[in-house]
Amino acid sequence: MLKSLKATGNQLADPAFQLTVLRQDVAEAGHLPRFADKLAGAGLWPLRPLAPAVLQINVGKMCNQVCKHCHVDAGPDRKEIMTRETMQLCLNALAQTDIPTVDLTGGAPEMNPDFRWFVEQLSALGRQVLVRCNLTIIVANKKYHDLPEFFRRHGVEVVSSLPFYSADKTDRQRGDGVFADSIRALQMLNAVGYGQPGSGLVLNLVYNPAGAFMPGPQAALEQQFKRALSKDFGIAFNSLFAITNIPVSRFLDYLIESKNYAGYMEKLVTAFNPTAAAGVMCRNTLSVSWDGGLYDCDFNQMLELPVASPARHIRDFDAAALAQRAIVVNQHCYGCTAGAGSSCGGTTA
Amino acid sequence: MDTYYNPADLKKFGNIGEFQKEFADKFFAYYGAVFAEGALTAREKSLIALAVAHAVQCPYCIDAYSADTLEKGCTEPEMMEAVHVAAAIRGGATLVHGVQMMNKVKELSM
Repeated sequence: MLKSLKATGNQLADPAFQLTVLRQDVAEAGHLPRFADKLAGAGLWPLRPLAPAVLQINVGKMCNQVCKHCHVDAGPDRKEIMTRETMQLCLNALAQTDIPTVDLTGGAPEMNPDFRWFVEQLSALGRQVLVRCNLTIIVANKKYHDLPEFFRRHGVEVVSSLPFYSADKTDRQRGDGVFADSIRALQMLNAVGYGQPGSGLVLNLVYNPAGAFMPGPQAALEQQFKRALSKDFGIAFNSLFAITNIPVSRFLDYLIESKNYAGYMEKLVTAFNPTAAAGVMCRNTLSVSWDGGLYDCDFNQMLELPVASPARHIRDFDAAALAQRAIVVNQHCYGCTAGAGSSCGGTTA
Repeated sequence: MDTYYNPADLKKFGNIGEFQKEFADKFFAYYGAVFAEGALTAREKSLIALAVAHAVQCPYCIDAYSADTLEKGCTEPEMMEAVHVAAAIRGGATLVHGVQMMNKVKELSM
């Protein structure tokens, strides 16, 4: 199994170094425009938030997988996980708002020892809980086998990455054997009703390219996935979200190592779409880190770019002050504004 | 110029309008319409383009449609089968002329 950038002492484990790399293109080559200037050209600078619809909470960097493209640099060697006390602070903040959806991510969120308690509390608070489940965690250990049933009981919406409907591409990105385990897990989710018509139990898949290229049209990819997964494995799901890989952390490392960085960035910049820029997810999402920090999105979180607001921790949550902030942007943001746009819920334009 | 084919030139394709704008505009409008979803899917058209790119041996087109077929979710076996279709047609086109050769040989021979 691969190791995280942090465990191998890779320079790119340092967010400040990643930002230096991302800014170099502007300073040295001069051919890539600053993202902020591009937004200004589209009349979107400074970028302001809309009413928050999603609180995305990263409950930790621990994961049973080490995917080549992971922007979190997650893995079994990462020990940063959210405590129950910080979860309680999130619950306190949520209780002051009417944010309808809580999106739990990681790492593998289920590996946090307080994960189930947190889901129960969020559910009791009447919020729609969404879990970004990597699938393989369900079959990784006996103690996780009942996750589909636990999800069903709490009406949790499950969002799961599956980069392709065949083993070769999936395993190249996510590790040997991941495809076979993911298929088993999807069948277990289907067995309790997930993705089945009329069940009300939502199972969405995430497609992201296994390489230095952009995702194609989401609707066409969804049809392909549905046809192939149904035919080959009898698997059903609701929607496919096509997501662009953001040049952060391990994907940034991959781009540099494979000498695709310049070409990829140029592609993202050329494909800048003002409509996608207007619909970026950071405008209606707020992100919380494992230690309670507040960010405009999970990518900014990994780059340690906190919200530009006096309250930068969930314990000081101040909805009114946050509504006044300007969203923090940098060169990686081109990933969310290219082509049909990209967000945790798929395309945006 | 270091080489006849410079990979960076692919990105400058749109610049052909600098010398003749009207035809370039018409060509790119036509090109866009051809590759849109139609009776054939955009994915199918991309695979055809990949095969033709190999038949006409255009390195720019091979670059462009290798990336495009990947983006459209084509698998590597599908992409290689498309190249074999191009090879089979090219090979067949050569071989079928063998009949012409045979006809001529028979015409000239006792």
